[in-house]
Amino acid sequence: MSDTQDRLRQIVSDPTLSPAQKRGYLAVEAENMLPYPALDADVVEALEARLICDMYEGHAPYRPRYVLPDYAVVLRDGSSWLELEAPRDLDEAISTLQIAYHHVPSITGMPVFLGDLDALLLPFCEGVTDDDLYKKIKLFWRYLDRVLPDAFMHANIGPSDNRVARAILRVDAELGQIAPNLTFKYDPEVSTPDILRLATANIAKCSKPQIANHPVHAATFDDRGYGIVSCYNALPLCGGSSTLTRINLKKVAESAENEQDFFDRALPCAIDLNFRLTQARIDHLYEKSGFFQSFLAQEGWINPDRFTAMYGIFAMAEAVNLLQDQAGRAGRYGFDDAANALGHRISKHLADAVAARPMRHVWQGRAMLHSQAGLSNDVDATPGVRIPYGTEPDPVSHVRALAPHHAFYGSGISEILTIDETVKQNPEALFQLCKGAFAEGFREFTANVASNDLVRVTGYMVRLSDIEKFRACEGSRINTTALGAEAAEVTGILDRKPRVVAHEQSAGYGQ
Amino acid sequence: MSNPQATVNKLLTWSSVDGPGNRLVLFLQGCNFACAACHNPYTIGVCNDCGDCLPVCEPRALTMQGGRVKFDADLCTQCDKCTDICPISASPMVRRMSVDQVIATIRDHAHFLTGITVSGGEATMQLKFLTALFAAMGEDPALSNLTRFVDTNGHLGAKGWARLMPVMDGAMLDIKALDPALHRDLTGQELDKTLRAARLLKDAGKLFELRYLLVPGVTDKPDQITTLIDFTRSLGGQTRIRLNAFQHHGVRGHALDWPPMQRAGVEAVADRLRAADTGEVATPALYL
Ligand code: SF4
Ligand code: SF4
Repeated sequence: MSDTQDRLRQIVSDPTLSPAQKRGYLAVEAENMLPYPALDADVVEALEARLICDMYEGHAPYRPRYVLPDYAVVLRDGSSWLELEAPRDLDEAISTLQIAYHHVPSITGMPVFLGDLDALLLPFCEGVTDDDLYKKIKLFWRYLDRVLPDAFMHANIGPSDNRVARAILRVDAELGQIAPNLTFKYDPEVSTPDILRLATANIAKCSKPQIANHPVHAATFDDRGYGIVSCYNALPLCGGSSTLTRINLKKVAESAENEQDFFDRALPCAIDLNFRLTQARIDHLYEKSGFFQSFLAQEGWINPDRFTAMYGIFAMAEAVNLLQDQAGRAGRYGFDDAANALGHRISKHLADAVAARPMRHVWQGRAMLHSQAGLSNDVDATPGVRIPYGTEPDPVSHVRALAPHHAFYGSGISEILTIDETVKQNPEALFQLCKGAFAEGFREFTANVASNDLVRVTGYMVRLSDIEKFRACEGSRINTTALGAEAAEVTGILDRKPRVVAHEQSAGYGQ
Repeated sequence: MSNPQATVNKLLTWSSVDGPGNRLVLFLQGCNFACAACHNPYTIGVCNDCGDCLPVCEPRALTMQGGRVKFDADLCTQCDKCTDICPISASPMVRRMSVDQVIATIRDHAHFLTGITVSGGEATMQLKFLTALFAAMGEDPALSNLTRFVDTNGHLGAKGWARLMPVMDGAMLDIKALDPALHRDLTGQELDKTLRAARLLKDAGKLFELRYLLVPGVTDKPDQITTLIDFTRSLGGQTRIRLNAFQHHGVRGHALDWPPMQRAGVEAVADRLRAADTGEVATPALYL
C-alpha cells in the first residue's frame, strides 16, 4: 500500500474515533492531496521550516476559518434557503438557532459562534416564567454539548444584566460541560457588579466563562459589533476571519544575531513572509472556492467584506529570553522589567507592521494582530505572549507583566491565569482580580481554578477525567479530548499547575 | 510629619486567604507568642545582629556592615539556611518599610484590591506603624474604600485596641486553646488577654472571624469544642469561625510529633459548630 493509503487506512480503522471524527480527518487528507495555492520559494521555505505557520488549515481553503453569522437575521426573517419561517416564540427561536448552527462552517466543520445569546433570545422571553426559561436553556445547553461537541464552540452573553444571561450562567455552572465555551462581555457602565460577581463565582466552580473587556473590544470594531469565538478571538460580527497564520517568534530570534538584527532584519523579513502566505490563502478562498456565493451571504447572515485576517504570533517568551541571553542579560520574561519591556517593544513593532500593510479581501483592508494560543503539538514554544507554563508569578504580578501587550492584539490575546483552589472559598477575590486586570487594559480575563475537573488547555476546555479515559483508550465523545491529551503530553500543559478539548488546534490526524 | 516604620518579613499583592476578596498582605516581623505549632516560625524573633547566619549563606547575600546585618535580595537563592540556623527564630531577610512606602505600594495595586490585611508575626506589636498606616489609608480618597484588617493573637491590651479600633475595619483573631493551662503550654502566654480582646472586638462590631487551630489529640477533643461553642455564644450574636487544620508544612521542633489534622476530623468539628448555630463556619480549602 502507498503511504497515503496507509494513513487513510489508519484513520478508518482507529477504534478511538467516531465515524464523524474519521470523516473529518479523511476530508483533511483529501484536501491536502491538492496542490497548495501558489507561493514563492522563500515563503515555501519559511513554511516548511515552520518559521511561519498556516495552522495546518489545509491546502485549498474552501471556507473561512471562523464564521460569525448575525443570527438576528434568521430570527427576524427566517430563511428561504432553509425553508424556515421567522420564529414567534422562545421554543421556535431556540429551534431555529439549533437548525442554523448546522449550516455554519468553520475550520473544524462545527460552528464556532453561537451568537450573543441573551440579546438574541430576550425578545422571545416575554411571558416566559423564570422557571420555564431555565428549563429551556438547560435542554438547549445539553443539546449543544451532545450534538455539537467541540470545545471551540462559543456563546456570548452580556454586557447587560438580564434574565437570559442569568439563566445561562446558572445552567452552565450546574452542568459543567465542556461545550459550549462561554464569554461574558463586561462593561462597567452597563453591567451590574452583581452579574460580574455571578460570572466570577462561576469561574471558581468550572473555570468558565471568560470575561471580555467590552469597551476595549467595542472600540476596536465598528457599530455592527463583534463576537468572541473559539479561545480568545475577537472578530467582526456578520463576518469572521478567513485565515489564521502565525509567526514563531522563537525561530525568528534564533535566526537573529542580536537584538538590533532581530528588529532590523529578522522580524521584518518574517512579517513579510507571513503576509505573503496569508494573502495567497485568502485569494484562494475569495477567488476559487465559491464560498461567498452561499445562502449565508445571499440572505445576509454574513457579509463577505467583514472577514478579517488573523495575524498570529507565538513563543514571545522564548524569543525574549533568547535575545536576553544574546545580550548577556539575566532577566527572564514575565519577571524582569527590562525583559518585559523588550516583549512590549516586539508587540509594538508587530502592530505597527500590520497596520501599515494593505491586504486584499480583508475587512477594512488590514489584518488584525493576534496572540495565538498554540497548537497541541507545539514543543518548547509558549502560546502567544504568555509566560511559560508552571513558572507564572502570582496572578497580580502576572497581569501587570502582560497588560501592556493587550493594546496591540485587536483580534484577541490568549492568556490564562492559574488560580490556586483556595479562591473557591473566596470568589470575591476573583471578582477583584478581574476588575483590576481590566483597569490595567486586559482585553480578556480567563482563569483556571486548580482542582476543577473542567480546565482550559491552550484555550479550549477539557475535562481532566476525559483525558485520563482517552489515555486508557476508551475514546471520547468530544473532539477536543484527543487534542487535550496530545497537548498535555507534548507541551507540559498540565504543568500549568491546576479538562473536553478542541479540534481546530490539531495539525491533522496523528500529527 | 511622622512616618513610622515597620520591620516587614513579606508583602503579598495577591491573597485570597487573609480575609474577604483579594488582599494585600503585610507580614510584620516579631511575635509575642512562641507557638509550638507556628507554620512560619522565622517571623517570631527580631534580629539582634549576632551574625550567626552569615557563614551559612553560600551566595553571600548576608554581610555585616557597621555592626548590622545587611541583606542583598538580588544574591539570595531562597535556601532558607539563615532562618533555619537563627537561634532566636528571626530572619535577616527583612526590610524596613515606612507608612509612606506601604501606602505607595497599596496605591499602585488599589484597583486589584478589596482591602489590606496586616499579619505577622503579631501585627499589633508594631502598633504605632499599624495605626498610622490605617489612618493614612482612611484619609486617602483613593484608598478609603479598601477595608483594613488585622490578623492577631489578641495579646494587645485594651489601651492598644482603643487606639487601633477607630481606624481598623476588622480583625481575625486566633485562639490557640480555650483552657488556660493548655494555652500557656502552647503559646507561652496567658489566655485571658486574648479572650478579653475577642469581647472588645465583638462589642465594637469588628470581630470578622475567630480562628481556631485543630491539632489532633491536643485541641480537637469534644469537651474543648464544647468550650469553644460556649465561649462563642457568650460573645452574643453570631460569630464567623474559621477552623484551621494543623499541618506539618513549615512547622519545626516537637510539634512535628503531632499528627496532621485530617479532613474528616475537621468536618466533624464543623458539623458540631453548625449544629450549635454559632455563625458561619469556614473550613480549609486545602490539606497539604
Ligand atoms: S537573623 Fe538570627 S542569626 Fe542572623 S544575625 Fe539576626 S539574630 Fe543572628
Ligand atoms: S535564604 Fe538567602 S539570605 Fe538566607 S542563607 Fe539562603 S541565600 Fe542567604
